[in-house]
Amino acid sequence: MTVSAPSKPRRKLKLVYQKPEALTDKATHYCPGCTHGVAHRLVAEVIDEMGIRERAIGIAPVGCAVLAYDYFELDGVEAAHGRAPAMATGIKRVLPDSVVFTYQGDGDLASIGMAEIMHAAARGERITVIFINNAIYGMTGGQMAPTTLPQQVTTSSPRGRDVVTQGYPIRMAEILATLDGVAYSVRRSMHDPANIRKAKKAIRLAFEAQVRGLGFAMVELLSTCPTNWRMSPIEAMHWVRDHMVPAYPLGDYKVDAALKKLRV
Amino acid sequence: MTRELLKGNVAMAEAAIRAGVDAYFGYPITPQSELLEWMSKRMPEEGRAFLQAESEVAAINMVYGAACTGARVMTSTSGPGISLMAEGISYIAGTEVPAVIVDVMRGGPGLGNIAPSQGDYRQVIHGAGHGDFFPLVLAPASVQEAVDLISEAFDLAEKYRTVVFVVADGSIGQMMEPVTLPPMRERKRARPEWAVGGAKGRAPRRLTSLYLKPEVEERVNLRILRRWREAEAHEVRYRGYHLDDAAYVVIGFGTAGRVALSAVRAARSEGIRVGLFRPVSLRPFPTQAIRQLASQAKAFLVVEMNGGQMLEDVQAAAQGQVPIRFYGRMGGMVPFPDEVLAEIKALAAAPPSPADDPRGRWLAQMAQA
Repeated sequence: MTVSAPSKPRRKLKLVYQKPEALTDKATHYCPGCTHGVAHRLVAEVIDEMGIRERAIGIAPVGCAVLAYDYFELDGVEAAHGRAPAMATGIKRVLPDSVVFTYQGDGDLASIGMAEIMHAAARGERITVIFINNAIYGMTGGQMAPTTLPQQVTTSSPRGRDVVTQGYPIRMAEILATLDGVAYSVRRSMHDPANIRKAKKAIRLAFEAQVRGLGFAMVELLSTCPTNWRMSPIEAMHWVRDHMVPAYPLGDYKVDAALKKLRV
Repeated sequence: MTRELLKGNVAMAEAAIRAGVDAYFGYPITPQSELLEWMSKRMPEEGRAFLQAESEVAAINMVYGAACTGARVMTSTSGPGISLMAEGISYIAGTEVPAVIVDVMRGGPGLGNIAPSQGDYRQVIHGAGHGDFFPLVLAPASVQEAVDLISEAFDLAEKYRTVVFVVADGSIGQMMEPVTLPPMRERKRARPEWAVGGAKGRAPRRLTSLYLKPEVEERVNLRILRRWREAEAHEVRYRGYHLDDAAYVVIGFGTAGRVALSAVRAARSEGIRVGLFRPVSLRPFPTQAIRQLASQAKAFLVVEMNGGQMLEDVQAAAQGQVPIRFYGRMGGMVPFPDEVLAEIKALAAAPPSPADDPRGRWLAQMAQA
């Protein structure tokens, strides 16, 4: 049997973009225009660049990212609603050399899981938290979240969120920054390429904080939910820019001095 | 072997350490707090993980996380804490990872009180949480037995990949008795083939209780059920006392069983042929052994520190073969041996008819007391 030699490429191709090793080949179930896919990719790129895939353990939330463990090519577990920081604590305490991250939405982290996130942060657990804030419950069909904006219409605030009876949005990056155990707490957005690049750098620093043993780290990412916002993907990106960013100012709320010196 | 005078909670904690527990996560609640306190001192000494969680909800989810790594892990609490842990317990069972939970039972429902009770029986035998799963439940009647069952609980949890409860009523947790502690076991080094810990040189592992396809979830449910059937076949534990010639059989677990034993011995000295059957594994329940006794005895007396929660399982096991009398104390009350002796005498003098409602008769009796 003869085997023909591979044909010579006409010109040398340079690989400029490829799937991160830390992502699986599985197609995600996320809606068009949803930024979960972007956030997943950023986390995977950071894990690749830091060479920590083989000691990483990801914790999926309850919410649209409930199947996140199927999309990351690394060990993963699935937490009960809001309990990912507690589960992460249990894992990290018995495997201190592992790199443990949670990936949580706003209902998960800022509503049902408020106690778990606050205390994991207060203890300075060496974990990394990726917090997806899209101001709505996605998986259950668009109900009001703790982060829903005043007057925002959802399926459980059909006349718009009335702050008198339904309370005010919660700003997690600012709240967590008040806790001594926190090494890194920042907010970024994913509504355009420039902001996505900034988001990636923040995710990198949030993992650096963990591997350097500096303390708890969280990146809050302003995200879209075109399906439940009843918008096109482009409209959703603009809505983040025009409505969410003013309500949730982007910025560094706490950055450990050792991280400030890092060039990543 | 040296014997030491130890409080039940402390003895159970030290027994867990000797059984090689890698991590403990808990939250203070009376009457189990000494267990947590002992762990806070001893676990760091042994270079192991201890953490006082912000709630029982967090504690059980820390247990869940550590269990996913294949570590030996436990928590301890009392009934109100079990209620809060119900969610996490169900996830642990659904993910098929092992964990040990100590429930030092107190009076309830609600905040109740901190006196000894067996009111969590129905709660724990169903594992407290939602969905189809089966925990193993072990009930000691002395501090020594609590120590022995704690040691065994970890092996059983790993063998059946499920939750194992050790349920001690408050008196077992609080009283001091001489005990022989087991020698320190070497901690297991190798992690099981299902555990997460970083996908180094192997495919990623994923641990979840989420099975979106009903046909897949059903397969998992059946796997859990088959494992439970194995436990039913091999892990039934009970103790019998003076049963060989017994015409009357008292059935009680934990402290109620222990109090009943004093009453049984007193009744024997008065010539009543009575014995004691004490279930040690509440799940799997010793159904067959009780059915066998039901075919031989004239009557049963079930004694509990609740309103007859185990009574229903005894009735199901007895299949109407034998009349049953019930005597319970509730709300943190512990029956005195004299009370149980009076019940045994009443049973022997006038056995109830098989058609009697044991709980109704007892309630009428309590109304007169």
